[in-house]
Amino acid sequence: MTENIITYPLVVHLFFSIVLMFFWQKIKVQKILTIVGNFIALGVAIAVFIHIWSNGTQVVNAGNWDAPFGIVFVGDMLSATLLLLTAVSGLAVSIFSIVSVINARLRFGFFSVYHFLLLGLNGAFLTGDIFNLYVWFEIIIISSFVLISIGGEKNQLEGAIKYFTLNFFGSLIFLTALGVIYGLTGSLNMADIANKIKLIDSQVLIDISAVLFLTAFSIKSAVFPLNFWLPASYHTPPSAVSAIFSGLLTKVGVYALIRMMTLIFPQDEFLMNLLIVLSVLTIISGSFGAIIQNNIRKVFSYLIICHIGFMIGGLGVFNVLAISGVLFYLIHDIIVKTNLFLIGGVIYRIKGTTNMKKIGDLYHSFPKLSLLIIIVLFSLVGVPPLSGFWPKISLFLSSYNNENYWYFGALILGSFITLVVVAKIWSEAFWKKQPEFSIRKKKFISFGQLYTLQKWQFITPIAILAIISLYIGFGADHIQTLSLKIAEDIIDPQNYIDAVLKP
Amino acid sequence: MEILLAIMTGILYASGTYMILRRSIVKLIIGIILLGNGVNLLIFLLGRITKGEPPIISPELKHFADIYADPIPQALILTSIVISFGLQAFAIILVKRTYKALHTDDLDMLNTLDEDS
Repeated sequence: MTENIITYPLVVHLFFSIVLMFFWQKIKVQKILTIVGNFIALGVAIAVFIHIWSNGTQVVNAGNWDAPFGIVFVGDMLSATLLLLTAVSGLAVSIFSIVSVINARLRFGFFSVYHFLLLGLNGAFLTGDIFNLYVWFEIIIISSFVLISIGGEKNQLEGAIKYFTLNFFGSLIFLTALGVIYGLTGSLNMADIANKIKLIDSQVLIDISAVLFLTAFSIKSAVFPLNFWLPASYHTPPSAVSAIFSGLLTKVGVYALIRMMTLIFPQDEFLMNLLIVLSVLTIISGSFGAIIQNNIRKVFSYLIICHIGFMIGGLGVFNVLAISGVLFYLIHDIIVKTNLFLIGGVIYRIKGTTNMKKIGDLYHSFPKLSLLIIIVLFSLVGVPPLSGFWPKISLFLSSYNNENYWYFGALILGSFITLVVVAKIWSEAFWKKQPEFSIRKKKFISFGQLYTLQKWQFITPIAILAIISLYIGFGADHIQTLSLKIAEDIIDPQNYIDAVLKP
Repeated sequence: MEILLAIMTGILYASGTYMILRRSIVKLIIGIILLGNGVNLLIFLLGRITKGEPPIISPELKHFADIYADPIPQALILTSIVISFGLQAFAIILVKRTYKALHTDDLDMLNTLDEDS
């Protein structure tokens, strides 16, 4: 019963996405089913996490084909942690979306596609086969194309075109890289490739495929100079959709980069330097982009880019401390970034706009909600002892010890500008008097006129995620232990290879 | 044969990239389709083309004595053709909807920075 446990999250999401299709027009049934499905998925993810924590890396050979020939699913601690985080943010966003997304969108299979998106994410975290990773990426982007364009509003379509083009282009480059690596090693199994790539003489060919992979995943995770599609599209769909995108879609690119760099191209001097340079530029472009924007959701989009830079750079430093910092930051970032866009959605519901110039006085009218939001914003900045603070210690220490002073400086700059931006949001949206602006009439009921239950459905996911952020901050000991364990596990690819190939 | 395929792949990549850099959305989609075909040819080429060899190895052989046809690249190409076909269909519908909503085919015009949203 437990030998295939790591594939259960996939089964749950696949089951619910198919079942939801049979209730195409019955929105109420869909809402109940999606909540139930996400709760089950959370339960399964916790079970998988505990199972892998106590029994070590789990491997499932699809169709019982032995490792280098068939497709394998590998659940190590990194995958298990990300599965758990996916389930948590998936649940929070689904609770949020049942009240915040208007029925006109829900009638076109929103929840079914949402479960397909989560299915793709879980699959990408679990697979140990590089072509299978490509297929999961395609499932993710196809679902995200549908989610970003569902509803078909004018600016949504504009965002969808930009998002579509760059992501499809990224997939094609991924496929090219995959072709090159298959030509070099004659294998698609990641562990097998890691073994065989050591036997190749020509470093140039390895570097070519590595750079192709890096380009593909950089497009997915919005690394400079391939980041411009993200702020152009992430503010256009409904807040629930941008929340799941910002929390998980860019992070799946970071996950793929971590896997590639630790497993297939470890200790490659050229790549490490490239990653450091890219991270510094990403942090700078993201943070300066954030500072000049007035739309809250656009500010958050630029902050995603800025903080992706933190993680990429830590990967470039490449020692146990830096990798543990990256993983801790990844854990913190998934929760906080999901929550930020949910907050953006609530502000939009209250005021009818997210333009900072046109809103104000939120603290006066919603003091308790504002206090909840300040916890999230402080976690984002990393005010001690909240969650953003602890991973930065590891990142600062490791970059300073490794004498990567550019990255060190960029970290300080990025953190500082995040603080400035958050202070700006707080003073503009929460403390300033409400300016006199006429706001266009919207199709939905504004926040003040909702029933109490609906208000709670808006607040609960934010509160859940804020509590998890608080736990990551105050229980930093646990998370640090976890990320150190993962870092020690993945920095030596031999562990992974042995688990898959069973020598 | 290989040199021909290599040149063909190069042409497809180059023309695809050129078309992607154009401002018209329709040309952008054509560029993506060309690039997709280039990728498929590349995988086919890197899978080491052989002629007239079976994709099966005799069980008596202890090691690969002879060159054999590798079936995996073809499976990969088949999968990627199906996926990119679906995506292209989606792209064409998306372009049509965008054209109906915005009455333009120019990528530079897609900047109604709706600050209100």
